[in-house]
Parts: sequence; C-alpha cells; structure tokens
Amino acid sequence: MVATLQLNQVGVRYGKQEVLSGVTTPVLKGGEVTAVIGPNAAGKSSLFRRIAGLLDGPGEIRLGNGASPSPAPHVCYMPQDTSVNTVLTVYESVLLARKQGAPRKVTDEDLQEVDRVLFSLRIEPIAFKGLNELSGGQRQLVSLAQVLVREPRILLLDEPTSALDLHRQVEVLALIRSLARERDICVVLAIHDLNQVLRVADRVMVIDAGTMVGCGPVEDVITSTLLQNIYRVDGRIERCSRLCPHVIIDGPIGQA
Amino acid sequence: MAHSPAIAIREGRGAYRVLVQRKKLVLLALGLVLALSVIADLGLGPARYSMREVVLALMGSPEVSLQISVVIWDIRMPVALMAVIVGAALSAAGAQMQTILNNPLASPFTLGISAAASFGASVALVFGIGFLPWAIDYVVSLNALLMALAAALFIHFMSQRRGVTVETIVLLGITLVFTFNALLALVQYLASEQALAAVVFWTMGSLTRATWPKLAITTAVLAVSLPLFMRRAWALTALRLGDDKAASFGVNVRWLRLETMMIISLLAAVPVAFVGTIGFIGLVGPHIARMLVGEDQRYFLPASVLSGAAILSLTSVVSKSIVPGTIFPIGIITALVGVPFLFSLIMSTRRRAW
Repeated sequence: MVATLQLNQVGVRYGKQEVLSGVTTPVLKGGEVTAVIGPNAAGKSSLFRRIAGLLDGPGEIRLGNGASPSPAPHVCYMPQDTSVNTVLTVYESVLLARKQGAPRKVTDEDLQEVDRVLFSLRIEPIAFKGLNELSGGQRQLVSLAQVLVREPRILLLDEPTSALDLHRQVEVLALIRSLARERDICVVLAIHDLNQVLRVADRVMVIDAGTMVGCGPVEDVITSTLLQNIYRVDGRIERCSRLCPHVIIDGPIGQA
Repeated sequence: MAHSPAIAIREGRGAYRVLVQRKKLVLLALGLVLALSVIADLGLGPARYSMREVVLALMGSPEVSLQISVVIWDIRMPVALMAVIVGAALSAAGAQMQTILNNPLASPFTLGISAAASFGASVALVFGIGFLPWAIDYVVSLNALLMALAAALFIHFMSQRRGVTVETIVLLGITLVFTFNALLALVQYLASEQALAAVVFWTMGSLTRATWPKLAITTAVLAVSLPLFMRRAWALTALRLGDDKAASFGVNVRWLRLETMMIISLLAAVPVAFVGTIGFIGLVGPHIARMLVGEDQRYFLPASVLSGAAILSLTSVVSKSIVPGTIFPIGIITALVGVPFLFSLIMSTRRRAW
C-alpha cells in the first residue's frame, strides 16, 4: 500500500481574500520527497495548512492508500512555528503527540517508539529538558520528533530545518529522505535552501504570489530562469566534481 | 559516544517511568497533607479536640462523647469539606483556564468571574432583587451564579470572534474585573449601612455559610467535571504546544475550548456563589501543581485539585487559629497563607515555572 496525495484546483481564502488558488499537482506517491519553494509570503504555509485540514478553501485534496481512497492515509503536519511556552519535557511532548486520538493508556510500544524517534534525531540527551529551555534548533528537532512518532503516511513539513546548523540540516534531510524510502512515506516539505532541495527532493513545486508556477523533477525546475523570475537573482546551476548539481548565486539581478 | 544505542534507548524509557512514579508519589503526599489538614480543621473551633478524638469520632467509635461526635459531624464537617471541595473546584477551574488560554495569569478571579458573582450577590443583598424571583432561599447564591455564568459566557463568545487571540481574552477578562468592581462599588454606595456590611462580608468569602445541600451541589459539579477533563487529558495537554500543533494532531481546538470553558464556568461560579469571593486559589493551586508535577494533564489536574483543596483547608485551619474562638473570613486568609507558600516555591525552583 503506497500513500498518495493529489491536489486539484486547491485554494485558500481568509475571509474574502484569496491567498492561494488553483494548485493542481500530479499524484505524489509514498517514497517520494516533494519540495515546495517560493518567496516569503507566497502561500506555502497556507498550502500546508490547507492540506493538513486546518484551513478551508476551494478545490479537492485526494488522499489515497494505493488504489483505494479509503481509509485515508495518516497525514501529519509540522507547523513552521515551533515556539512554545510550556514546562512539558521533550519526552512528554513526543509521547503526547503519539497518544492523540489513541487509547488513553501508555503502552510499552508507545515508549519504545518515543525512544526510537528521539534516538534517530539524536535528541535523546535532552529528553528530560523542558521545552521552554531549548534553543530554536532543538525545538525544531523536537517538533519533527512529534510528527515522526505518529507514524505518518503523508508527511507535511513546513520549513523543518530553518533553525538548524548546516550539519544538522544535512543529517535531518538525509533522515527524512531515507524514512520516505524505507516506509513509503509521501513527504512534502517547504524549504528555502535550493542546494538542499537539489540534494533531497525528487520533485519541486514552485509557489509564487498565491499560485503554483511550476511543478516537476528538480533539475527541470531549478534553473537560472527560475532564479531570475522568482527570486530576482542572477545565478546558475553547476555540477560539482561528484556531478551533484548546485546553485551558484552571482548577486541581485542586474548587479552581477 | 560512550553508550551503545541500545542502552541509551532503554535509559529514556526507564527515566520516564521513574519520573511517573515520582509524580504519583507527589500526588500521594498532597493527599496526605490534605487528610491531615482536614483532621486538624475538624479539631479546631471554640472547643478544641485532639487529633485522636477527631479520628475516633470519624470512625464512629463509642469512646468519644456524643457531644463531640455531633459537633464534628454536624457542625464542623460541612465547613471542613466545603473548604476541600471549593478549593478543589476553584483550583481545577484555574488550571484549565490557564491551559486553554495559554496564560499564567488566567483564573476565575483575574478573568472577572468572581467579580461578576460579587456584583450579582450584592444586588440581592442590597436591593433584594433576585434574577430568578421564585428561588427566594438561594437568591444571593443564584444571583451570583447567574452573573458568574454570564461573565464566563461573555468571555467565551468574545473569544470565538475572528482574530481574537488568547491575549485579547485575558485583557477582556481584566476589563470585566474593573467593570464589575465599579458596579459593585456603585451598589455599595447606594446601600444602607446594614446592607453594606452584608455585602462587604460576602465579598470577603466565608466557609461558615456551608450547609450539606450546598456541599452536595458543589461536590456534584466537581464530580461531573473532573472525569470530563481527565477523558480529554491528552488533548488538553496538547494545547500547551500551541493551537496549530494541537490541531495538526487532530484535536478539535475550538470545540475543546468551548467545552472546557463551559465546564470551567460552572466549576468557578458554583463555589463562589455559595461561599463568596475566594480569590487566589484558582491562581496559586495550578502553579503549585505545575511546579510539582509539570503539565501532563494526567498528573497536573489531580495535583491542581489536591493542592487547591489542601491550601483552602490549611487556610481554614489558620483562620481559626489566629485568634482562638474567632473565625476570620477565609477570603482574607487565603492570600496571606498562599502567597508566602507560592513565593518560596518560585524561589526554590531553578527551572522556569511557566
């Protein structure tokens, strides 16, 4: 059973203001990583919240388990804002994420899964610290642990690595990618660093000013034209000695 | 790293279990303090009884005189239990208010529910106006209850409006405090000297108004509310991670808030209606609980209930001990006893408490 996600003319309205419209995607399958890129305030977070069911709007979100649409696969969403103000410990917060909508009693299996997730993200040393004592990066890792412990089939991550150091970014994205492959999770993640996108994603969706302006395989979409049109910078895509593509930025448009 | 992965993983689980055991012990200790306090409370009064006499009377032993038995069971018991139940109810209400409003200052007192109740009671005491004219025996309590519920509902429905944040709700609550205090002052200004004394005494809060029927009603409200909260323990705890997070876990945040607010209004309004304004318990009880067991509702709520009950019961003991033979209104004593206790807890914990 492979989880699938497909958007058809999906939009988001806040009151009368339309912040996102007409997003249509091919079928996104379990095992694939789709990156959502675009400038600030383009509508990426609104798209995530819409898919997660936190916002209403026009269009259709088709969730499926292989060929059959029901039962809907388990969708988990990690919001961009990880700020908290609670004395709950890391361990408690991850456990409580797992217990939502589940039987009340904590089982051995629950605790094992919490331990496993904390270990996979290497945050077990801070397991019994209060969330209000953590740094921004640590909070982001805990937030990620909270979604992973729920054993998602469709995983929506809104800028999951924005507060992490380079080492942790690479590590976490590699983990997400391998989880997607191993467990057939359909991952959709918003991320600003195009080099990371080139490393981790199979597919890219470009959102700009509330509409989807591109969707396709990574190397087809991330081009110097994209850099100019969407990000207004001059740049190019080059291959390193190991033939990995990466983005070289020359400067703001026209000033290079 | 010195540990092998397997050992490190086992440590997390083991440490969690130890912490859970510790929290259960804290609950037990709080229960013990409460029990001792109730026994002391029963022994104190114009006639003082030893702890042994109280325990024997409670067990119905023939060794104690009928007189002692009657004093303890019929006169002191409703008051002592009222202290326990009112403390528990106000503390539970405060705990859940702080949870759903995400604010350490939230409590029935700070959000204007107590002030509304005082105003309702004063209208009955001064003008003899009952909002429900057919219930003359309970007119003061009913007026207080209706005003308190109205205030809670007002806060709730304002909070449902688009763009209203939890911070706005707290601000709104504070405006209610000022509004009802002003109205109360107005009523007092218009009152006769005798009625004024009654209002002042009512707003101080006193457990001596306790009767078995009032106790039964308050207990019933508490007995219905607590299981409802406990059933939603995981969802309520999730609110502490923020609305978006909780909603992404599948919690219906709006509905949970509405439901919790409804229960809170009853929990806060009924005790205030019966015993008058007892501030502070709803604020301090949850804070003590949070410092002792953290914010996992499975332990936080029972700890709030027990610490609220224990504080009010201890306060009742103190209110009888200051001047032997005199019982000070408990509303005055609560803050005087609770503040130093909370203060010492704040100062002795190194972790951030909120």
